[in-house]
Amino acid sequence: MSLMAQPSDTGRFGEFGGRFVPETLVPACQELEAAFIEAWADPVFRAELDHVLRTYAGRPSILTECNNLSEQLGIRLALKREDLNHTGSHKINNVLGQALLAKRMGKKRLVAETGAGQHGVASATAAALLGMECKVYMGAVDVERQALNVFRMKLLGSEVEAVHSGSRTLKDAVNEAMRDWVATVETSHYCLGSVMGPHPYPWMVREFHRVLGEEARVQSIELWGDVPDVAVACVGGGSNAIGLFSGFVDDRTRLVGVEPAGGAAVSRAQPGVVHGMRSYLMQDEYGQVQEAQSISAGLDYPGVGPEHSYLASIGRAEYPNVTDAEVIDAFQLMAKTEGIIPALECAHAMAWIVRAAPQMQGQTVLMNLSGRGDKDVAQMMDVLGK
Amino acid sequence: MTFGAMETDFRAKRAAGRKLLVPYITGGLAGWQDAVRAAAAAGADAIEIGIPFSDPVMDGPIIQQASQAALESGATPVSILHDARSLDVSIPLAVMTYYNTVHHAGHARFAAQLADAGIVAAIVPDLPLEEAGPWCEAADAAGIETVMLAAPTAPDERLPRVVARARGFVYSVGLLGVTGERDVLAHTAAALARRLKAITDVPVLVGVGVSNAAQAREACEVADGVVMGASVVRRLLEGGADAVGEFVGDVRHAIEH
Repeated sequence: MSLMAQPSDTGRFGEFGGRFVPETLVPACQELEAAFIEAWADPVFRAELDHVLRTYAGRPSILTECNNLSEQLGIRLALKREDLNHTGSHKINNVLGQALLAKRMGKKRLVAETGAGQHGVASATAAALLGMECKVYMGAVDVERQALNVFRMKLLGSEVEAVHSGSRTLKDAVNEAMRDWVATVETSHYCLGSVMGPHPYPWMVREFHRVLGEEARVQSIELWGDVPDVAVACVGGGSNAIGLFSGFVDDRTRLVGVEPAGGAAVSRAQPGVVHGMRSYLMQDEYGQVQEAQSISAGLDYPGVGPEHSYLASIGRAEYPNVTDAEVIDAFQLMAKTEGIIPALECAHAMAWIVRAAPQMQGQTVLMNLSGRGDKDVAQMMDVLGK
Repeated sequence: MTFGAMETDFRAKRAAGRKLLVPYITGGLAGWQDAVRAAAAAGADAIEIGIPFSDPVMDGPIIQQASQAALESGATPVSILHDARSLDVSIPLAVMTYYNTVHHAGHARFAAQLADAGIVAAIVPDLPLEEAGPWCEAADAAGIETVMLAAPTAPDERLPRVVARARGFVYSVGLLGVTGERDVLAHTAAALARRLKAITDVPVLVGVGVSNAAQAREACEVADGVVMGASVVRRLLEGGADAVGEFVGDVRHAIEH
C-alpha cells in the first residue's frame, strides 16, 4: 500500500490531522467527506474534472530541463511547470476539483482564504467559470503587498475582504473564512486552499493535486530514464509539495519541503491544534499561535499540513528552511540564468537547491515551480530598488 | 448518576423555578475580576471565564478584541487561573478556551490546573464530540464538567450522543455564526433548544447571539437559561465592572418576570 494512502477514519495521518472544528461545522465536514468519496469514485466526475484540467487549466504542465543552472550548480535540474497553468499556479488543480464538487453538492457560494492571492485568484476564476458567488478573505498586510492579485479577483467578479485581526496575514484570513463558513454553511462551500484544515481537506486537496505528481513521475522517467534523485518544493501549508511528493513517495526519491526561516513549523516539531487540524505549529509556551514572518505572503503561515508533519515524523521527507536573503538571491538567479521569474514561494525551493547543490553533484533534481513571479514583481521592485 | 457541582446546582435551581444566567467574561481583560464579582452579585448563576486564545474562530469582533487586549496585556492561562483563585464568589466558575490551550498544557495537567483554581467546568468550542474523548476522560477524573455544544446544523441522530457526553449543561448554539450581538434572536435558538429539551433533562442553555434582556427572556421561554458573552464583554470594555453588574441585573430581572 502507498505511504500516501487514505487517512484513518478520523482523518489521521499517524498522530496528525483530525477534525477540530466548532460543532456547527461537523455535519458539513461529514457531508463533504461523503460527497468527495462518492464523487472521486464516480468516473463521470473524474472525466468532468479531467476535461476542465485539460481544456481550461492547460494540463498536463510541461517539464523544463534547466541546462544553464544545471551547469552552474553541477546538478541535473528540471522544473515541473505549474507556473504555466491557467491563473499561474498549481492552485487551480484543487480549486477546480472543489468547485465542481461544491456545485455537485448544490452549493451556490465559495468562501476562500488567500495569502499571496494565488488561491484567491484561482477560486475567483473557478467561481466565474461555474457561475458561483465567491468571497475571498485576505490579510490586510497581504492586500497591500499583493494589490495586483486583489484587483484580479475583483475583475473576476469576487468580493475581497481585508482581514484586520491578529497578524493580518494568511493565518487570520483562514480564521475569518472559517467564521464566514460557520454562518453560511448551508449554502456555502469553504474552498480551502491547502492540504490543511479539518478532515477531509488535507486528504481531498492532496488527491486534487496528485495529478501534478503523477505527471511529473512519467515526465521524469521520459527525461532521465528514472525517477529523480531529489524532489523539491516549497512548503507553507504544503499543497504543491504534497502534490509533487505523491508521485514519488513510494520510490527511492529524496523528498525535500522547503519552509521559510520565519515560518519553520516542521523544524520546531511541536504539535498543536489550530484551523481544524493537529499538526506541527509555531506556538509560545502557553499554546498561543505565533506569527510567521516571511517575504513571501504565500508561505507566511505558522502551521503546516498534517501529512507533512507525518512524513517528517517518520523520516520520509525532510523540511529544511531558508532565509529571506537566500530567497531574494535565488529569485534573481532563476530570472537571469533561465529566463524564468519564479513566485517568491518557489524561490525558497530554488534557494535550498543552490545551498545543497555541492552535496548533490551529478544528481537529478526535480523542483516544482508551483507559481509564476508576476505577482511579486512590484514587491521585488521595492526590495531590490528600481 | 451523580452530577458535578455546577450541574447539581443548576438542576436544583431549575427545580425551584429559576432560569439560569451565565455571563461570559474574558479573563485577563482590565477589570475582569471586579466584573465577575459584580455579575455574581447581580444574579448570575455561574460565570464563564474566557482564557483568551490567539485564533478564536468561534468569536466575533467584540470577543476577538477583548481576547487580543488581554493577551497584549500579558494574560496567560496560568495568570488567569491564578487570579481566579482569589475571586471568592459563591457561584460555580467555568472556563471557556480553545483546544490548543488544553492540548499544549496536556489534558491531565490542564484539568488539574482548573481544579486547583476552583474551576468546576470547561467549554472548548473547537473540540467536537469525535475528538473530545481523551480530554473528557481527564476532565471527568479531575472532577471538571465538560460542557458540550450542540449546533442547529446537527441532524437528529447526533444530538443524543452530544447530550450523553454533556456535563454541567448543554450549550445550545443559538444561531449559525460566531459570537456577537444581533438585533433579534435567531429563529434557530428556540428551535434547537426545543429539540434538546425533548431528549434530555440536562439543563439546556442557549448561547451565541443572545444579546439583551428581551432576547434572554425569549430564549428562556424554551430553554433553562442563557449564556451571554459579547453583550457582557462590550459593557466591560466600555463601562467597566459597574456596567456589567447593571446589565446582568437587568437580564436577571427580565428572565424572572
